Amino acid sequence: MTQEIIIAGFGGQGVLSMGKILAYAGLMEGKEVSWMPAYGPEQRGGTANVTVIVSDEPVSSPVLSEYDTAIILNQPSLDKFERMVKPGGTLIYDDFGIIEPPTRTDINIHCVQAMRLASEQKLAKCFNMIVLGSFLKAHPIVSIESVMKALRKTLPERHHHLLPMNEDAIRQGAQLIK
Amino acid sequence: MEQEPLLLKGNEAVAYAAILCGCDGYFGYPITPQSEVLETLAALRPWETTGMVVVQSESEVASVNMLYGGGGCGKKVMTSSSSVGIALMQEGISYMAGAEVPCLIVNVQRGGPGLGTIQPSQADYLQATRGGGNGDYNLIVLAPNSVQEMADFVGLGFDLAFKYRTPVIMLADGVIGQMMEKVVLQPQQPRRTNEEIAKECPWASLGRSKERDINVITSLELQPEKMEERNIMLQKKYRSIEENEVRYELIGSENPDVAIIAFGCSSRISKKVVQIAAEEGIEIVLLRPITLWPFPKDAIRELSTKVKSMLVVENNAGQMFYDVQHAVEGHIPVEHYGRFGGIIPTPQEILDKIKTML
Repeated sequence: MTQEIIIAGFGGQGVLSMGKILAYAGLMEGKEVSWMPAYGPEQRGGTANVTVIVSDEPVSSPVLSEYDTAIILNQPSLDKFERMVKPGGTLIYDDFGIIEPPTRTDINIHCVQAMRLASEQKLAKCFNMIVLGSFLKAHPIVSIESVMKALRKTLPERHHHLLPMNEDAIRQGAQLIK
Repeated sequence: MEQEPLLLKGNEAVAYAAILCGCDGYFGYPITPQSEVLETLAALRPWETTGMVVVQSESEVASVNMLYGGGGCGKKVMTSSSSVGIALMQEGISYMAGAEVPCLIVNVQRGGPGLGTIQPSQADYLQATRGGGNGDYNLIVLAPNSVQEMADFVGLGFDLAFKYRTPVIMLADGVIGQMMEKVVLQPQQPRRTNEEIAKECPWASLGRSKERDINVITSLELQPEKMEERNIMLQKKYRSIEENEVRYELIGSENPDVAIIAFGCSSRISKKVVQIAAEEGIEIVLLRPITLWPFPKDAIRELSTKVKSMLVVENNAGQMFYDVQHAVEGHIPVEHYGRFGGIIPTPQEILDKIKTML
């Protein structure tokens, strides 16, 4: 099993940390992982993306030209990455601010209203974990338990009281996928 | 500091590995894409545990001269920077090669020339493998292609630097420095005591002693006969390194049509090319030089008898290309594929290039 994933959106949406937690959860399960950010002059409000690979085999290239799954959080990223999903692959996108939805018919497209859920449920700080929950429902490549372990490992201890809220966000995110 | 697998950036792995291998001092100045080395060292505060010194110097020129001083005292000292910063250090590196001062220099390359870009590149190959500064000298050049190797080559780099009394350069790039991967770190080694240094490095400048003559660390010799003697001795040392320290890796088909020669991030992308080509029935072997100097020219020469052509993939305009051509001596066609200025080629575009060679 190899999942090659691009996560892309605006800087500040938690794109890089979502990728890191996913990679860390893979590591916890003994899988091979890589996390490669676009590290240009990105800033809050600019675009940000990260390539995450979770595999049973050693990872070859951390940089890819096509992906099994694209997790898309804004229109510029949708414009760029929709065509880079492998035929039969998965595209998960949040519809907030999307004017031109994806049009491909040869991939599995899931529209999740994660931004709306985040503001309704007062989970704005866990927006990225809602999206991660949706992804893990579509592709359960790591368990939610491993994700929680990864969060415990990567979050500074002073934020550990937020762990239950993050778990809630992941579980609610899973329900956004039918 | 545990030995269970960690998820680290290449740059962070360098910092952890430095502390764990008993490094005495790090001197560096921030520059993208390697600033995490200094940041991580500052966060880990090794001066409170192993006693390792960490200095954010006022410039790269200061860093390299701090290396000269520390290395001259037999201490395990290192710096890291990226392309432009390494260019500033060349005077000091040449001095250390001439004075036979061991040290470790990490170059996490970015695009050039000049200030260039902060994105990954491999355009400092010639600078690293030809010495880089003035005079006849070589540096041992290690080219990691994973986060694990960025950690492992810190210890290896110091071992080689002290074994041959020479500066060693780890030539990484923005991809390997910035990416996160699984890494297993070595257990903590103690820093050497002054007594151990005196025993293992009888040349080191450790203050006056009645038991030996004064140790002088210098690259200057005004008498040409003595300077020639020193050059001959240095060249003898370089030949011995060429004989004993060549490292490379072969990946892929045992019955290949084409060979790819690539190092660092390009070798990772080329590994993927080998996989996707195999799915299309194209047999490729990848030879990855791990030491760029000494260069695995015998291995490449031997490989040239088994394939019809070779493709050198590197993120520059064709630098290792010359070394491969030299090794192959015109027996088979050698082509080059490179992107510049921070653009990383995709596996598909490399495969497309290979298809034009079949």
